[in-house]
Amino acid sequence: MSLLAIIFVAILADNIVFNQFLGICPYLGVSKRLETSLGMGIAVIFVMAMSAVVTWLVYNYILFPHLVYLRTIVFILIIAGLVQLVETILKKTNPTLFRALGIFLPLITTNCTILGVAILNVQAEHNIIETIVYSISVAVGFTIALVIMAGIRERLDLANVSSLLRGAAVSLVTAGILSLAFMGFKGMMTL
Amino acid sequence: MTTLTQEFTKGIVQENPVFRLILGMCPTLAVTGSTLNALGMGVSVIAVLLCSNIVVSAVRNVVPAKVRIPAYIMIIATFVTIVEMLLSAFAPDLFEALGIFIPLIVVNCIILGRAEAFARKNTIGRSVIDALGIGLGYTLSLTLLGVIREVFGAGSILGYPIMGAAFEPMGVLAVAPGAFITLGILLGLFNYLFKRLGIE
Repeated sequence: MSLLAIIFVAILADNIVFNQFLGICPYLGVSKRLETSLGMGIAVIFVMAMSAVVTWLVYNYILFPHLVYLRTIVFILIIAGLVQLVETILKKTNPTLFRALGIFLPLITTNCTILGVAILNVQAEHNIIETIVYSISVAVGFTIALVIMAGIRERLDLANVSSLLRGAAVSLVTAGILSLAFMGFKGMMTL
Repeated sequence: MTTLTQEFTKGIVQENPVFRLILGMCPTLAVTGSTLNALGMGVSVIAVLLCSNIVVSAVRNVVPAKVRIPAYIMIIATFVTIVEMLLSAFAPDLFEALGIFIPLIVVNCIILGRAEAFARKNTIGRSVIDALGIGLGYTLSLTLLGVIREVFGAGSILGYPIMGAAFEPMGVLAVAPGAFITLGILLGLFNYLFKRLGIE
């Protein structure tokens, strides 16, 4: 698959939130305000690109072919370690960026998109360039989903929603409608 | 002290992971396209949760508080790998259908949540009851969603057609938007039900 196709599929046609159901927890939890969702999105792009490269290298040069069964354990260790490392380095070297992204970093360890994309890269047998492009595209798709939802939610707060549906329920229904819209991009792939 | 029965039923009703705590949403949406997949996911989660709760509870006085989260994640990842291997050996079709969501049980917030909130403060016996209750609550919720989506989305249950030849399947329920909308509406319905029953 060409790189352009990978970018298009990862961001729009197979959007990580609307089509692959990954990262639903931050999607429901963080998308309350536009600024926080943008911050979360950028932190995810940053960590996802790094973790994808490291997990790819470790998988292809250390685990493959004899230790493949250790994939899940090794990947989650790498991701947790990496997030901790990024946090420490940012704190020392770039306090401004740390203040902007710091609160999102611990949340990212348990964000299933990071582990999910690391595994998807290995399963799809991407090479290193494809891995980088795919991971960044997925993270951009995640950011877009979060930002769209935050925009809708800011309006939704002013709307008269039944008390029973307030919160997660109405967010899920909204996500369903958005997901329907994103399905349109799938049709473009067959052209 | 709550009785053991209360400990068990709280996971199904008051602290139902899907409809009350809103945890573990990713697999809830992703694998409930068919009843069988939903059941398979539920059983896998019960197995991992049970084992991790037992081990976390057993080592609760040994693991230093500072490194407890990484330790718990390692314990969980070990059991997830075991489940992964068992499924690929004995139920390859199910393994194929659940795909990436089996390794992703590692980052399922329910399991780490129970380790942190329950197993590290309670005896092994209570942790087992807690794991069974929460796991069963999760499985029941997943199965409910799976049944609704399969019956209306494909007109069948566990693969057997039940709606008759005249039934036009609502295809949208079987794909991504249907998952979100069904869960959203169910959440609203359960909010209503819990309110009527006076459970807060």
